[in-house]
Amino acid sequence: MLISKQKPLEEILNYLEGDKNIFVIGCKGCAEGWGSGGEKQVAEMKSTLQEKGKAVTGSVVVDMLCDAALTKLKLRSYKKEIAAADSMLVLTDGAGVQTVAEVVDKVVHPGCNTLSAGGGHAEWKESERCLECGDCMLEFTGGLCPIARCSKHLLNGPCGGSQGGKCEVDPGIPCVWQQIVDHLAKLGRLDKLERFVAPKNWSVSLTSGPPVKRFS
Amino acid sequence: MKTKSNLERVLEAKIFAVTGELGPPQSADPEVIRRKAKILKGYVDACNVTDGQTAVVRMASWAACLIAKEEGLDPIVQMTCRDRNRIALQMDVLGIAALGMNNILCLTGDHQKFGNHPTAKGVYDLDSIQFVKMVKDMRDEKKFQCGEVMAVEPHLFIGAAENPFADPFEFRAARLAKKVVAGADFIQTQIVYNVDKFAEWMKMARDKGLHERVKILAGVAPIKSVGAAKYMKTRVPGMDVPDSTVARLQGVPKDQVSKEGIKLCIDIINQVREIEGVAGIHLMAIEWEETVPAIVEAAGLLPRPKFVT
Repeated sequence: MLISKQKPLEEILNYLEGDKNIFVIGCKGCAEGWGSGGEKQVAEMKSTLQEKGKAVTGSVVVDMLCDAALTKLKLRSYKKEIAAADSMLVLTDGAGVQTVAEVVDKVVHPGCNTLSAGGGHAEWKESERCLECGDCMLEFTGGLCPIARCSKHLLNGPCGGSQGGKCEVDPGIPCVWQQIVDHLAKLGRLDKLERFVAPKNWSVSLTSGPPVKRFS
Repeated sequence: MKTKSNLERVLEAKIFAVTGELGPPQSADPEVIRRKAKILKGYVDACNVTDGQTAVVRMASWAACLIAKEEGLDPIVQMTCRDRNRIALQMDVLGIAALGMNNILCLTGDHQKFGNHPTAKGVYDLDSIQFVKMVKDMRDEKKFQCGEVMAVEPHLFIGAAENPFADPFEFRAARLAKKVVAGADFIQTQIVYNVDKFAEWMKMARDKGLHERVKILAGVAPIKSVGAAKYMKTRVPGMDVPDSTVARLQGVPKDQVSKEGIKLCIDIINQVREIEGVAGIHLMAIEWEETVPAIVEAAGLLPRPKFVT
């Protein structure tokens, strides 16, 4: 179970600045359970976005958004709506956001912060995709997480040790920054990487912050 | 002039700059620093002192810098994000400025896996670009990273590193641009053996006008042996040693290899000097400091400028 909480609306609207048409996705798994991105929250987000002058081209709540195959299958019925969207707003944890980034060729915006794994790692059994850091950075990194997947947690681009798509630390580790650059190059959105990403807020992470539950 | 840095003076005077490198010992012996500093004095405008290079425990860079300064060098304190969070970084930045250091090189740091304490926890609270901006804000805005204001700011000439040979190659100039915007005054590059690729990278930098906004020093180093060349080619992350370089060293008698390695270094200095936008060289003769005077002289870079302070 991944425990997530919706980001403040203001932060989400900042992410969507410049995007007119939005496709909203939620999840019937963990996000439904935690009230951060189930049926109800997706419907609410739809009307909130419309009130704020955005066009919502479509929305869907997938059974297990972290299951790439299932999500891909489900999204097939929304080809037109997704094509019409400038970007995808994903209301679930970091694992779900990364699934959408993997199966859809659109910029993804995380609508939630992931607070805790709460015991398991959803469907990404083979690797840690989300470190539940409490201050989601996927907005700035093309929907792939360098906090979880870069050996140095770099937020402003690859280090000098990235070669041939591999991390210098171990040839078995793909360089996530190569993947981020490739992904955004494919979307023609490398401009997203030009922005300076400020030092991250670690006080909201269980590994650095106070040992208390930050959700209610 | 932003600082009292000798390197800044040289670069502002548009003189082709020479920086050297000094590796502190894996011990508490100050004499190692003094010996190396005496060799380099008069041949470099400033001298980097490494900070736990390759993640091996060595004497702290700031401490070795203090000794090097006593010997008359203008040290460049290297500082990595690997071992320090933003609190420790800022404390050390204030400390080195108070000790009279004029230069800092802001680095992410070699991963702890490569050193002699591979089980250590890496810190990486900031990346090198965030680090550069933090030091710039401390110097120019008198502000800590949290936004609080300080009474006396650290006057440091701010450097950063860049590797023109790492991937994704197309993104390298964009990353350099981020460092410049963040506040880097000078850039020192990874050691250049593949001059063509370096020239290609410099062109990408020039296309963005970066050579006019930051001083770029090309990294160079003599090679001691064929084994060392092969080691760098295959084992050191982010290094690009062309086959032709290895072949050149293999092409001379064994007792001539180190001489050829020095000649190769001088040739590369002459080649990078011709590339538009290269403001100097960073000569890294680690554990081979005694070659520096001859290399600098043979490259026609003597005498080094002296400024009345």
